[in-house]
Amino acid sequence: MSEDLLRIEGLRTVFRTHGGEVTAVDGVDLSVPRGRTLGIVGESGCGKSVLSLSVMRLVAHPGRIAAGRVLLEGRDLVGLSSAEMRQVRGSQVAMIFQEPMTSLNPVHTVGFQITEAMRAHDPRASAAELRERAIEALNRVRIPSPDRRFDEYPHQLSGGMRQRVMIAMALACRPKLLIADEPTTALDVTVQAQILDLLRDLQAETGMSIILITHDLGVVAEMADEVAVMYAGRVVERAEAGAIFGDPMHPYTLGLLGSVPRLDEERETLLAIDGSVPPPFALPKGCRFHPRCPFAAAECKSDQPPLREVVSGHSAACLRAPVEAFAA
Amino acid sequence: MLRHAIQRLILAIPVMFGVLLIGFLLMQVVPTDPATVRAGPTATPDVIAAIRADLGLDEPLYKQFGLYVWRLLHGDLGSSIINNVPVSQELGATIGPTLELMFASLFWSIPLGILLGTLAGYWRGSLIDRTIMAISVAGVSVPVFFLGLVLIWFVGFQWQWLPFTGRAGPIWTLDGMLSLILPAVTLGGVFIGPVARMTRTAVLDVLSADHVRTARAKGLTERLVVMRHALRNALVPVITLIGLQIGFLLGGAVVTETVFSWPGVGRLAVGAILSSDFPMAQGTIIVLSMGFIVINLTVDVLYAALDPRIRGA
Repeated sequence: MSEDLLRIEGLRTVFRTHGGEVTAVDGVDLSVPRGRTLGIVGESGCGKSVLSLSVMRLVAHPGRIAAGRVLLEGRDLVGLSSAEMRQVRGSQVAMIFQEPMTSLNPVHTVGFQITEAMRAHDPRASAAELRERAIEALNRVRIPSPDRRFDEYPHQLSGGMRQRVMIAMALACRPKLLIADEPTTALDVTVQAQILDLLRDLQAETGMSIILITHDLGVVAEMADEVAVMYAGRVVERAEAGAIFGDPMHPYTLGLLGSVPRLDEERETLLAIDGSVPPPFALPKGCRFHPRCPFAAAECKSDQPPLREVVSGHSAACLRAPVEAFAA
Repeated sequence: MLRHAIQRLILAIPVMFGVLLIGFLLMQVVPTDPATVRAGPTATPDVIAAIRADLGLDEPLYKQFGLYVWRLLHGDLGSSIINNVPVSQELGATIGPTLELMFASLFWSIPLGILLGTLAGYWRGSLIDRTIMAISVAGVSVPVFFLGLVLIWFVGFQWQWLPFTGRAGPIWTLDGMLSLILPAVTLGGVFIGPVARMTRTAVLDVLSADHVRTARAKGLTERLVVMRHALRNALVPVITLIGLQIGFLLGGAVVTETVFSWPGVGRLAVGAILSSDFPMAQGTIIVLSMGFIVINLTVDVLYAALDPRIRGA
């Protein structure tokens, strides 16, 4: 598909530990079309954050990308030199993080941190010009009286404001792709909605693509065009957002949807998936979900199911997909 | 910022009072009688009694202390019991060389300590890190006098590269500067270790912070990430440590001055204590503790300058 801005092919990210190498992201294939939003969903520890950091090549030591390609407009980011990769960061791919409280440097003003991002990719711009552009960026993320905020420090701003600053900073150089790693998890619900609205508006305005990483299915339902569900370092299901919610095929996705509390249905207890995500150093053989799967059959314990297209545009990594709802 | 500084300054007043009181009481527990010292070994009891009355030593302790503070507030530090030279005059003559020594020591040791600590923190676990940490452990463990003696023996005596006794002149003269090198290397040498270790820890801590990841995600060069986003933040605890370590530096100055016959307040203090020259000893204690307070005040102000969250508080 030439429409894709980003294609991830066979990406494998490993961490070296005392007990040997541990695979956090294991052979992930994904693509992000231009101007669209890909939601990546999964429980904590499923590898979704490591995946996003791998795209930015910001996986901290002792982690490293062991295999695979990350193609941004056809150019493989994995093979770039660190200097070339720096040119990509911030200007073509930008990232916002979960904790707006700690993601800004407390000792520098908001304005300094935004202009710094601009200066990194446009060293010849004058200070006055940068200031003007930064204030415009703050204005774009709807921060009131941006010229005053420019000179303030992060601790003088609320959590929501800080996340807006982070967004302004990320979008300062008009990147083609924004990776948002749990952008609203640390925020109040009302502020969450504002930030999501803002991201959507900015996407419409700039035509950027977004990778939205979250464990919150509500956020995904609201934002994503396409969804990838991750489990234990792999993509287990992938489809248009509507199809994921309307017709989930992987037992894990079914379980995730079942564990979302709903107001419109009376339920005595929430359906929870038994057990927890296996740690990357103790992955089960066969399908990684089989110990928790109510549908597991004998072959699930030995064969690793590939991600296969079950119906057009809807893939699942399950030997038994599509499975019917739990009640069946 | 100014309010912060003024607040700290006001807080320094009770501290100074405490220093005076403790200094005064310490002199009382020393089993030597100033009047006897002053009168000399051959004096008769009458003479000693007269001197005691003259010095006000027959008054009750609280009156003596009151009188002492009263005089002090009027700028009267008393005179040496040994040679009757006013204490303020002696202090005035020795404070310059001590300041010279302190500044010269800090001038090279703090930047070097911070540089070494940053390198070690950035390349944690590497050979660079282990080498730097080994040097700094040695620096922490070697006593000042030993380092001083080694330098005197080799650099000063055996190789005759640099002068090692006394002060040849003010710092702006070549001779003065040369004579300052060995004492400053000695005193600064013991300071590098703690500064490097603290910087390393602080840099390591900051490097794993979320905002450093943000800085990298912006596409900043590693140099900028380290300088602006790691070191800048790490300096806050490092400056605090430096403030705390200044006390040791003052102690080290006393030893260094004695070893190198440097005519500073520290050597004056040692001489005064050894000869039971109480007013002089008290004067040096006051000056040294005031120095400590001033440096801590500077650190507090710097602290606020480095961390905007403290400024507003």
